[in-house]
Amino acid sequence: MIHMLYFARLREALQTGSETLDYTPELTSVSAIVERLKGRGDAWGEVFADDQTVLVAVNQEMCDLSTAVKDGDEVAFFPPVTGG
Amino acid sequence: MNQIKIQTEPFDLAAIQEELRRDNPAIGAVVTFLGQMRDINEGDRVSTMTLEHYPGMTEKALQAIVDEAGARWQLLGIRVIHRVGPLHPLDPIVLVAVASAHRGEAFQACEFVIDYLKTRAPFWKKEQTAEGERWVDARHSDDAAERRWKRS
Repeated sequence: MIHMLYFARLREALQTGSETLDYTPELTSVSAIVERLKGRGDAWGEVFADDQTVLVAVNQEMCDLSTAVKDGDEVAFFPPVTGG
Repeated sequence: MNQIKIQTEPFDLAAIQEELRRDNPAIGAVVTFLGQMRDINEGDRVSTMTLEHYPGMTEKALQAIVDEAGARWQLLGIRVIHRVGPLHPLDPIVLVAVASAHRGEAFQACEFVIDYLKTRAPFWKKEQTAEGERWVDARHSDDAAERRWKRS
């Protein structure tokens, strides 16, 4: 199981803040997760389109598409941050 | 020595500075940055703002920034307080206070912490204007501010 989280503009566009993804062996990296989510079409395809800037954290550490994931990880997608 | 807090309630600027500086006669300088909410953004009047964050990661990200500041400069205490939830113009949003023996370290470390917080801590602002709600876009100037601190 991968614990997915979505924040801010993404949470609203996807109409969900969290979900669990069944872990399968091909989900080896963040980019594999993105491909699976894109495959859902509609809002998912738009949010993860190539021209969109989406940040990702694995287990609460900022990372990138090439970062490895494993069963049980927490993976969060969100827009560029605007605090302060 | 350092403290990080995420909270919905307002904070008392004077009380935080006082708590940071008293009891340590080695401190010769305290530099405080206070970020407060403006009533205009991108030319539009903003009535309310809501701040969302990623609980758990926010604290870790801020701790990493504070640790990095402590590694770069000789400091005697850091306080970072960031509010979340609904905010109104004039409300304090964020406070960064840094204590050190001399002002140079405190000024630099304070600016470093707020610059890094702006680009690395998972907070998001949503504004309410007369035309409706909108998410605030990240600024390129914030990325430029962060790059100044890059070590070659």
